[in-house]
Amino acid sequence: MSMTSIGRLLSRGHYSAPPPLDLSHNIVLYLEGISVSFDGFKALNNLNLYIEAGELRCIIGPNGAGKTTMMDVITGKTRPDTGSAWFGQTIDLLALSEPEIAQAGIGRKFQKPTVFPNHTVFENLELALAGERSVWKVLFAKLSPSQIARIDQVLETVGLKDHRSTQAGSLSHGQKQWLEIGMMLVQEPKLMLVDEPVAGMTPQETEKTAELLVSLAGERSVVVVEHDMDFVRSIARTVTVLHEGSVLAEGSIDKVQNDPKVVEVYLGE
Amino acid sequence: MNELPKMKNQTAKIFCGLLLALSAICANAQDAAEDAAPATVLPTTYEAMVAALPEASYDDKELLLQKISQSGNPQAPNLLHALLDGRLMATEAGKVYISQSSDEALAAKNLSDAITGAAVTGVNAESISPIGTNNRLRKGLRALCAQLDLASADADARSKAVQSIMRDLDEAGTAALRARLPLEKESSIQKSISSALALADLQSADANIRLAAVETLSGDISSEVYNGLTTLITKNDDGSFTEPDLRVRTAAAEGIRKIETRRKAYGALETLFFGLSLGSVLVLAAIGLAITFGVMGVINMAHGELIMLGAYTTYVMQLLMPQHIALSLFLSVPAAFLVSGLVGVGIERGIVRFLHGRPLETLLATFGLSLVLQQLVRSVFSPLNRSVASPEFMSGSLVINDAFSVTYNRLYIVFFMLIVFAALQLILKRTSLGLKVRAVSQNRAMARAMGVRTEWIDAATFGLGSGIAGVAGVALSQLTNVGPNLGQAYIIDSFMVVVFGGVGSLWGTLISGMSLGVVNKLLEPWAGAVMAKILVLVFLIVFIQKRPRGLFPQKGRSVEN
Amino acid sequence: MIIKTLSERFFATDRGSSIFFSLLLLVTVLVPTLNLATGEGSFLHIPNYSVALIGKYMCYAMLAIAVDLIWGYCGILSLGHTAFFALGGYAMGMYLMRQIGTRGVYADPILPDFMVFLNWKELPWFWHGMDHFWLAAIMIVLAPGLLAYVFGWFAFRSRVTGVYLSIITQALTYALLLAFFRNEMGFGGNNGLTDFKDILGFDLQAQSTRVALFIATAVALGLAYFTSRYVVRSRLGRVIEAVRDAESRTRFIGYKVESYKLWVWTFSAVLAGIAGALYVPQVGIINPGEFAPINSIEVVVWVAVGGRGTLYGAALGAVLVNYAKTYFTAALPEVWLYALGALFIGVTLFLPQGIVGLISQLARRRA
Repeated sequence: MSMTSIGRLLSRGHYSAPPPLDLSHNIVLYLEGISVSFDGFKALNNLNLYIEAGELRCIIGPNGAGKTTMMDVITGKTRPDTGSAWFGQTIDLLALSEPEIAQAGIGRKFQKPTVFPNHTVFENLELALAGERSVWKVLFAKLSPSQIARIDQVLETVGLKDHRSTQAGSLSHGQKQWLEIGMMLVQEPKLMLVDEPVAGMTPQETEKTAELLVSLAGERSVVVVEHDMDFVRSIARTVTVLHEGSVLAEGSIDKVQNDPKVVEVYLGE
Repeated sequence: MNELPKMKNQTAKIFCGLLLALSAICANAQDAAEDAAPATVLPTTYEAMVAALPEASYDDKELLLQKISQSGNPQAPNLLHALLDGRLMATEAGKVYISQSSDEALAAKNLSDAITGAAVTGVNAESISPIGTNNRLRKGLRALCAQLDLASADADARSKAVQSIMRDLDEAGTAALRARLPLEKESSIQKSISSALALADLQSADANIRLAAVETLSGDISSEVYNGLTTLITKNDDGSFTEPDLRVRTAAAEGIRKIETRRKAYGALETLFFGLSLGSVLVLAAIGLAITFGVMGVINMAHGELIMLGAYTTYVMQLLMPQHIALSLFLSVPAAFLVSGLVGVGIERGIVRFLHGRPLETLLATFGLSLVLQQLVRSVFSPLNRSVASPEFMSGSLVINDAFSVTYNRLYIVFFMLIVFAALQLILKRTSLGLKVRAVSQNRAMARAMGVRTEWIDAATFGLGSGIAGVAGVALSQLTNVGPNLGQAYIIDSFMVVVFGGVGSLWGTLISGMSLGVVNKLLEPWAGAVMAKILVLVFLIVFIQKRPRGLFPQKGRSVEN
Repeated sequence: MIIKTLSERFFATDRGSSIFFSLLLLVTVLVPTLNLATGEGSFLHIPNYSVALIGKYMCYAMLAIAVDLIWGYCGILSLGHTAFFALGGYAMGMYLMRQIGTRGVYADPILPDFMVFLNWKELPWFWHGMDHFWLAAIMIVLAPGLLAYVFGWFAFRSRVTGVYLSIITQALTYALLLAFFRNEMGFGGNNGLTDFKDILGFDLQAQSTRVALFIATAVALGLAYFTSRYVVRSRLGRVIEAVRDAESRTRFIGYKVESYKLWVWTFSAVLAGIAGALYVPQVGIINPGEFAPINSIEVVVWVAVGGRGTLYGAALGAVLVNYAKTYFTAALPEVWLYALGALFIGVTLFLPQGIVGLISQLARRRA
C-alpha cells in the first residue's frame, strides 16, 4: 500500500465538514466533460450541464441516455473516468464520498422508492432529518420539540400524517414515493435530485407532486428526471434532453419539443 | 589373488566377501574359486547349479552365484534379481521357482520355473519358502546383478546398474564399467559411466589424472560425486589436506561450487513442483465451488463434505474389488462424480432452492448439512481415518537426478487436475448444458423467457459442481487418509481460492489455486508450514479487502449493482 | 421485517426484556442461595456443577447478544466471533496463569509451567504486567476490541459485504486457531492455559469464589443486555438497522455506513471478549480449540434459534441450544451433531425469525 493511499484511507476516516455552499456565481452544480464507461459502453460521453441556483430543471431522454448514471456521478455512487463536478464554487464532488455529498446538501430520491421497511414512517423521517451524523452523537441523540414539529409538518405535507407509526414496508407504492420525498424534505438539501417522482401515482397525486416541486424550487434547486411529458410540461421552465450520454438539446419545453434532433431521437426519423 | 585360500579360514572373511564375489569375473579368479572349495564338488551345469542353491552353505552359494552369472543362461539375471529381492523360492524337494512377489501370501500365485522360465501353477503356498541370503551375499549379489545388467538390452536397467556400481565403487566394478564404456550407445549412460570412472580416478596416485577426473566431475550433482569431491578438500586430523595437490583442490572447490549452484536450482525446481502439486489439490478442491458459488452464486458450506464423499466412494470401490486396485481407482472417478453429484442435486432441490437470494441463510443451512454428513460418515464407517491403497503406478517417484525427484502421485495429481479443468471448460463452453448454465447465471429472467428450464439448470449446475467435488475427493484419497474431517480442512481454502481468483472465473480459480500453492511452498522453508499457511491466510484477508472482486473480476454495471 | 412489528405489538412495553431481567434477577438470587444455603440432601439443593453450568450458559448468552447485535441488527454475519471471545479468555487466562507463581509443577516464580517446559528463559514482552488484574482487565477489552477495530476498519472501508465478509471472518479465526496452536506464540500451544489456582487472591476451587464468579457473570450479562438495549433503541440502533435493510440509502441520507458498522462491530467484539474472560475462570481452561470456526458458527445458530433481531431471543437461543447440547452429549452423543445440523437447516428453512418469531406469530393468531 502506497503512502498516498494510506493517507487517503486515513483522511476518509475523519469527518472533514465540507465548506459551506458558495453560490456567488448563481450556479449550484457544474458538470464538465464527464465521461463514464462500463466495459466499453459509454454511459456518459463528455456531458456538460449547469444548474442555476433556485432552478427547477427537468431532464428527459430515452432509456440508456445516461440519466441515472448522471445522478450516480453527482451523488458519488459512480466515479467518472474523466471530467469534473462541482457543487457551488468550492465543493469538489469527485473528492467526496456519498455521505459527505449528502451532508454537503444534495438529496436524492431514487427511481425505485427505497425507504427503510422495518422502521416506522416517523423513524424514516427521523433518520433523514438534517442534523447530527457522527456515531457517538447519534448514539445519544434525542429529538428536540422543534425537530418533532418539523417532522410532523413534513408528514402533513406528504399526506402521511395518519401513517406516522406504520411500518414503511407496508405502505403502498405511491405512499413510499411520498415518504421518500418527505425524507428528502427533512434532509433540507440545497439541491434535490428527483428520479421519476410520479411513477405509480394517481393523477391527483401527480398534480400535488407538481405543485410541491414547483414550490420547493427557488429556495433550493430541483432536478427532476421524468418520462411523463405532461408532468414535465406542467412544471418545467427549462428542459435538458440527454441522448447517448451527452446533452442533445436544452431550453424551454416548446423549443425542445420542436427541435428536429429531439424529434428524431424520440420518434426515429 | 593367491592369498585367497588362506584368507578363507580367517575370521576376517566377511570383509573380503565382496572382493571375492566381484573378483570372480576375472579369468584367473575361477581357478582360485575352485581351489577355495576342495571339500564339496560344485556342479557345473546350469540346472545342477540352480538345484544346488537351496541347500548350499553361504560360501558355496557365493561361488555358485558367480558361476550362474557367468553361465550366459538367459534366466540368470532373473534368478539373481529374484534371490536379491527374496523372491527365489525353493520346495523341500529342491525345486526352485522364481516368484513375482516376496509377500508370503502371494508368493505361490505367480511362480515360474527358475531354469526354464515357464509359468508354474498349482504349487502349494505352504510348501515353498524363500532361499535365504545374508548381508555379505546380498552385497555380492548386487554387484553381480549390476554387472549383468550392464550388458542388458534395457537402457533403464543399464542406467540403474551404473548407479549401483557407482555407490560401491571398487576395482571389479571399475573394470566392468571401463569395458562397457566403448560399447555404450546411450549418451546419458555414457556420461554416468564416465562420471563413475572419474570418481574411481580420484583415487589415482597421479595428480594429473586426479585433476582430469575432477574436471570431468565438475557440476555433476549426484551425491557420490559431491561426496567424492568434498573428500578432496577436507582436512585430515593433523590439519593437512587429504588431497596434496593444490590444483586438484582448487578444481574440486570450483566443482563443488558448481554442484551447489545446480543443486540450488534443482531445489528451487522441486519447490516449484511441490507448489504446483499443492496448487493442483487446491484447484481440484475449489473448482467445484467455482461452479456452485461462482456461477450460481450459491454458497455451499457442505462442499468439503462432498469432497469427503468422493474420497469415501474410492474407499468403498476398493473394498468391492480388492484385487484390482488400479481399476477400482479409475472406476471411482465416475462413481464419485455420481455419488457427490446426486447428493448435490439433493441439496439443491431440498434446501438451496428455498433460500434463493438469501446467501447468508444458505450458508447456515448448508453448514448444518455438512455437520449431518460428517456424522453420517462417522456412523456408517467409523470416526477413524481409513487409508486407501494406491495402485503401483502411483507409488514411487520419478528420479530425475539426486537433487530432484518427483513422487508419482503428486505428478499425476497435476495432470489429473488439468484433465478435470479441461473437461469442465468443455462442458461449460461446448455443450448445450453449459450454454444454458451460462445463460441462467447471466440473466435468469431472460433465460426463462427463452424457454430454458431454470429449475432444471440450477439442479444440474449444482450437481455438476458437487460431482467435481467428488472427483477431487478421489484424488485426495491418494494423498491423505480418508476421514470424516477430510472436507473441513479444505472448505476455507477452497473459498479463498475462488474469491482470490475472482468469482465466476474458472481460469481465475486455476491461476489463483496454483499461485497460492506455490507461494505456500515458497514460504514454508523459512516460515514453517503452519506459519506459511497463516501468512497466506492473512495475505488473502487483506487482499479481499483491497480487491473484493479478486484477481479476475467480472465487470459491468450489473455487477456493480 | 415482521419480527419488529410483531414483537413490538406482542411485547408492547418490550415485555421480552422485562421477562429477561426478571428471570436473570431470579437466577442471580436463587441459584447461589440454593447452592450455599441448602444441604446436599435437600431437594431444593442446586449442585456445584449446575452453578458452573448455568454460569457458562450466561457467558454464552452474552456472546450470543454480541453476535445478535452485529448480525441481527446490522446484518453482518460474523463467522469468527469466538475469536474475540477466545482473545478475552486468553487475556484472563494470562492473568490467572501469572497468579499460579511457585505453585506450578516447576515452581518457577515468574515463568508459567509451559514456558519452563519449553526451556524459555524469560517472559515474552506481552506477558509482562499481566499479573496485575487492572492490566488484564484492560487487555480483556483492548485485545478483542483492537483486533476488531483494525479488521473492521479495513473490511468495512473497502466495502466487503455479505458472504465475502463472512468468509474472511471465518478465515480470521482459522488463522488465529493455527497461530495459537504454535508453541512459539507463547500462549501454551496445544494445551492452552490451565491449572489456575486463584483469582484476586481467592481460591478458584472454593465454592464461595465460584458463586461470586457466578454473580459477577450474571451482573455482567445484565449490564451487557442493558447497554445493548440502550444501543439498539437509540437513534444509532435505528441507523444500523437502516444499514442492514438498505445500506446505500443510508449513505445517501448522509450516514457514513463504515463508521457505524465499525462501531457496532467493535462494541460487539468487546462484549464477546468480556464474555470470554468470565468464561475462563469458570471452566478452568482456555485453549486454541476455542478459535475453531465451527464454534463461531454454532453461536450464529443459537441466535437464529432464539430469534435474531431481539436481544432476549439471542440469550434464549444460547441457553436452549446449550442446554440441549449438554443433555445430548451426555445421553446420546452420536445424535448431537445430527440434531445440531438439523437445527441449522430447520431454523433457516422453517423458522427464519426463531422461537421469538414463532411465539409472536402464535400470539397474533390467538388475538
